[in-house]
Amino acid sequence: MSLLDYFKTSKTSSASLAKERLQILVAHERVSQSQPMYLPQLQQELLDVIQKYVHVDKDAISVKFEQDGNQETLELNIMLPDDQTKRF
Amino acid sequence: MARIIVVTSGKGGVGKTTTSAAIAMGLAKKGHKTAVIDFDVGLRNLDLIMGCERRVVYDFINVINGEASLNQALIKDKNCNLLYILAASQTRDKDALSQEGVGKVLDELSRDFKYIICDSPAGIEKGAHLAMYFADDAFVVTNPEVSSVRDSDRMLGILSSKSRRAEENKEPIKEYLLLTRYSPERVKLGEMLSVDDVQEILSLHLLGVIPESKSVLNASNSGIPVILDEKSDAGQAYVDIVARYLGENKPHRFIDDKKGFFGKLFGGK
Repeated sequence: MSLLDYFKTSKTSSASLAKERLQILVAHERVSQSQPMYLPQLQQELLDVIQKYVHVDKDAISVKFEQDGNQETLELNIMLPDDQTKRF
Repeated sequence: MARIIVVTSGKGGVGKTTTSAAIAMGLAKKGHKTAVIDFDVGLRNLDLIMGCERRVVYDFINVINGEASLNQALIKDKNCNLLYILAASQTRDKDALSQEGVGKVLDELSRDFKYIICDSPAGIEKGAHLAMYFADDAFVVTNPEVSSVRDSDRMLGILSSKSRRAEENKEPIKEYLLLTRYSPERVKLGEMLSVDDVQEILSLHLLGVIPESKSVLNASNSGIPVILDEKSDAGQAYVDIVARYLGENKPHRFIDDKKGFFGKLFGGK
C-alpha cells in the first residue's frame, strides 16, 4: 500500500462503505431468491449419485440457475479428480 | 373501485404507521374518501397515531369474524370527515387474519372508498403478507441505513412474487420509495447513505424524502398525523408526497443541506 493509498482509505466515508456492502449483499440475495426452491436438494442428490461412481468433493460440483428473459438455464459443472486411481 | 395501497418496509421502526396516518389524512384532505387499516394484529398502534384509541369498539378481526359490521367498526376521523380508521385487534394474534376474510373486507370497502391504505406490520409473517397481498400500489418506507435498505429489497422480492397481482399474472404492483428520517447534514458529511445511493441500490421510483424531524414525535405524542402540522418540514414533505402520488408535479425538497453558515451557528429546528 502506497502512502497515497493510506490517505485515500482514511478518507473513505462510512456511507460509501455502507453502499458498497449493500450493493454486494443485495446482488447476492436477489440471485438466491430468484432460484427455484428445489435447487439445494437437486445439488445434494446429484452429488450423491456422482459420488457412487467417482470420488469427488462436495465443492467439486456446482449447480447454477440463470434466468435471461424467458429462458431459464440450469448449468451443472462437475470437476473430476486428476488422480485416476481414486476411481472405483 | 378503490385503489389499495400497502405501506410496508420489512424492518420495524422506520415510520410505516406514521406514513400510513399521514398519507391517509393527506388523501382524505384532498377530497378522496379514504380508509386506513391497521394489519398489526396484537400490537395495534395506528389508533394511537390517529388519536382515536378511546373510540375503538370493534376491530378488523371482529369484522372478519362477522361479530360486527364494517360500519360499526369504521371510526370516523375527528379532523377529516372523509377519513375512516379500521383498528387492529389488540387481544388476538395474527392467525386470526385469513386471506379470505381480508379479501372480503377489502371488497366491501372498495365499493364505497377511493383509497384504502394498509398499514403493514414489520416482518414477513402473515399480517405483512396479507397487508400486501391485495395491493395495487406499495409505498416502501426505508431509512437511509443498511438493515432497512436490505429489508426493503427483500420486501420488493416478496411484492413481485407473492401478491394477488403476481399470482393472477396481472400488471405488477406499482412500487414507490419513501425515504424517511433523512438527514441532509449527515449525508453531506458522508455519514449517511444519500437518496441517490438508496435509489441506485433499490432501483425504485422516489415518491419523496421525509427529513428527520422533531415534529414526528410531537405529532405522535398528541395523536395528530404529522401531515396536519403544516409548519413542520416532515408535514410538508408528506403533503408533497400525496400531491406527487396524485400526479401533481412537485420538485423534491429536503434533500440538500440548505442551512447556511448562520443557520448552523444559531441552530434551528
